[in-house]
Amino acid sequence: MIRQIERVGVSHGMRRREKNVDIAVYALLSVLSIIWLLPVAWLVLSSLRTESTNMYTEYIFPKQLSFTNYVKLFTDTKLFSFPRWYMNTLFIAVCSCGITTLLTLMVAYTYSRLRFKWRRGLMNISLVLGMFPGFMSMIAIYHFMKAIGLDQTLAALIMVYSGGAALGYYVAKGFFDTVPKALDEAATIDGCTRNGIFWRIILPNSLPIVAYTALTAFIAPWVDFIFVSVIMKDNYANYTVARGLYMMIDREHINAYYTRFCAGAICVAVPITLLFIKMQKYYVSGVTGGAVKG
Amino acid sequence: MDIGVARTARKHGGPFQKIANSARSTIGILRDADWITMVSIVVMGFGSIMRRQIAKGLLFLASQVAFIWFYISFGWQYAQNIGTLGVLEQTRVLDEATGLRRVVPGDNSMLILLYSVLTFATLIPLFMLWKANIRAAYLAQKRAEKKESQPAFIADAKSLLDRRYHMTLLSLPLITLTLFTALPIVFMVFIAFTNFDKTHQPPGHLFTWVGIKNVTDIISGNPFYKKTFVGILLWTFVWAIFATFSNYILGMILALLINRKGIKLKKMWRTFFVITIAVPQFVSLMLVSKMFTDTGIINQALLNWGWIKQPIPFLTNPGYARTLVIFINLWVGMPYTMLMTTGILMNIPAELYESANIDGASPARTFFSITLPYMLFVTGPYLITTFVGNINNFNVIYLLTSGGPLSQQYYQAGQTDLLVTWLYKLTVNEQNYSLASTVGILIFIIVSVISLLAYNLTGSVKKEDQFS
Repeated sequence: MIRQIERVGVSHGMRRREKNVDIAVYALLSVLSIIWLLPVAWLVLSSLRTESTNMYTEYIFPKQLSFTNYVKLFTDTKLFSFPRWYMNTLFIAVCSCGITTLLTLMVAYTYSRLRFKWRRGLMNISLVLGMFPGFMSMIAIYHFMKAIGLDQTLAALIMVYSGGAALGYYVAKGFFDTVPKALDEAATIDGCTRNGIFWRIILPNSLPIVAYTALTAFIAPWVDFIFVSVIMKDNYANYTVARGLYMMIDREHINAYYTRFCAGAICVAVPITLLFIKMQKYYVSGVTGGAVKG
Repeated sequence: MDIGVARTARKHGGPFQKIANSARSTIGILRDADWITMVSIVVMGFGSIMRRQIAKGLLFLASQVAFIWFYISFGWQYAQNIGTLGVLEQTRVLDEATGLRRVVPGDNSMLILLYSVLTFATLIPLFMLWKANIRAAYLAQKRAEKKESQPAFIADAKSLLDRRYHMTLLSLPLITLTLFTALPIVFMVFIAFTNFDKTHQPPGHLFTWVGIKNVTDIISGNPFYKKTFVGILLWTFVWAIFATFSNYILGMILALLINRKGIKLKKMWRTFFVITIAVPQFVSLMLVSKMFTDTGIINQALLNWGWIKQPIPFLTNPGYARTLVIFINLWVGMPYTMLMTTGILMNIPAELYESANIDGASPARTFFSITLPYMLFVTGPYLITTFVGNINNFNVIYLLTSGGPLSQQYYQAGQTDLLVTWLYKLTVNEQNYSLASTVGILIFIIVSVISLLAYNLTGSVKKEDQFS
């Protein structure tokens, strides 16, 4: 009884203090939001800025807004063939997304559900391989591609992006582990093979993880520029957007192409953003899936 | 059920014990084999063919022929030179007929090593096929002795979709893994023991084995390398610690602020920060790096407003550059942490906070004694992955500062270079592949030691067994 009264008293005194804290939090959040949104806003505004292609202007808000930069980006392809890069990236992303998703899910299902002699051994080898820095082997890969006549081709990049799929199975396996085993057992009793279980039981019950795997695989080619640099060397026509945009703002081009670079960046960001918004909840459950169950 | 399996595996001992067991069972088979099975040791598939499993036997035989053909026509010419990595340098001789200098091709150390690794790697599938062939022959022999019928090929093939489904599913991923990840890594590990650098570039010049000279050079032999390595290693750790924990704690505080009871429009605040995730990292990083140059928008604006007289050397002063990358990394990483921790934070039992409130604990106290321990417990593995990811965080460093400002005291590296970006520069700019590979191996050792220690501390290794 006494304790209850005490609590009421405390909460009365605290309410005013809470209110002040709320105001402080709102202020802090607003400041932070501005810091976070300002570069994004600057990117969008610069991509629409028409009067000057310089990086720096003395005013923040552009004087003339139009889609000229976007139009030029896709039509003026003398020096930088952005449409070509865009299609390259889209092609690579679609192919490697399909292959990677399939391979990753196959591996994840195998390690999660099937028991065989070399299972632990293979998983340990995968763990060890994953600890080497990813592009340490890029020179070897380049010469290997050269040896089989695939250097500077899109096919080589697709292989590079999807070749290591067998290492990225952890998140998907963690998810498959949580799909009840009773489903498999029931299917087995009904005469379903393990092949049938994989395609008809596990995959339909794991759509979030299929989406997550596909999303991460699809985004990778859009944002990587290390392997592109190594494999394509100076074959500009086969560059992807990331590598191409990087070239667009080197020291000699930045002031002539800065606004166009911004437009290109927006063209890359928009599809990824849309996908991301669509799959945000899968993304979060994918990243935290392994951790939360603990 | 899986715990049972794991326990039996433990009882049977580690990998060496397993190999010993499997060798023993193969020897056991040989003791019991008749002549047909014995011939299968040399001619693969013989046992199966003789016992009317024609298709299966022919497949074994065909693969043996293919392997032998591969070794004779391709593998051997490279593998025989693995000891020297080639002796005959490419030369130019005067062609009497045309009067021009003609290139006489010599050995190519790189191709010798690359294809030798490939050739030696094929021994593994060959050995596995060979063992499977003996086993098949032996099982067929046993069935023949018991006068049982031999299973049809179709039934055998069908088991690939059920009993042996793991073989079907794993074959393709493992082949691509071997070709594009495992073999290149093995190749680069070998490169670390050679002198493959700018002055030893095949086909013009050969490189050869130098033992562990590269490792000893970095650790003690060459003071220039050593200074670079130690300096970069220290900064890598400072960076990884700051980058990981500043993001983790501040991101969590951001999530807590938005989650706070009285705050309205939670979804809007969250979206503000999530928008920045949507802009691809390389775009925002390149943009920001241009913003902070001497002629970039920040310095120009400050100059114009008369706040400063000279541009602030954000990217050219080591101390500024190091601080800057950590701050920019906050901008890049905090929204991720916020997104990830929001859900988990809501799962913290409310009673914990209520009782802390009653006890009059300050918000800071509550954070450090309730929120943080709980979060560390739940997101431990994530934190380790992030830490390792930051040790290898190529993008943020390379796109922001390119490792600069360059340092005269470092070999091909700058003040903000991490080990990975140094590796990249050694490879791409300096073509010092042997040193780059050595650095790669050292990164591997560091990363694996940290991961092993951390995972054992959090005890999440055991988690898998609890789950399946």
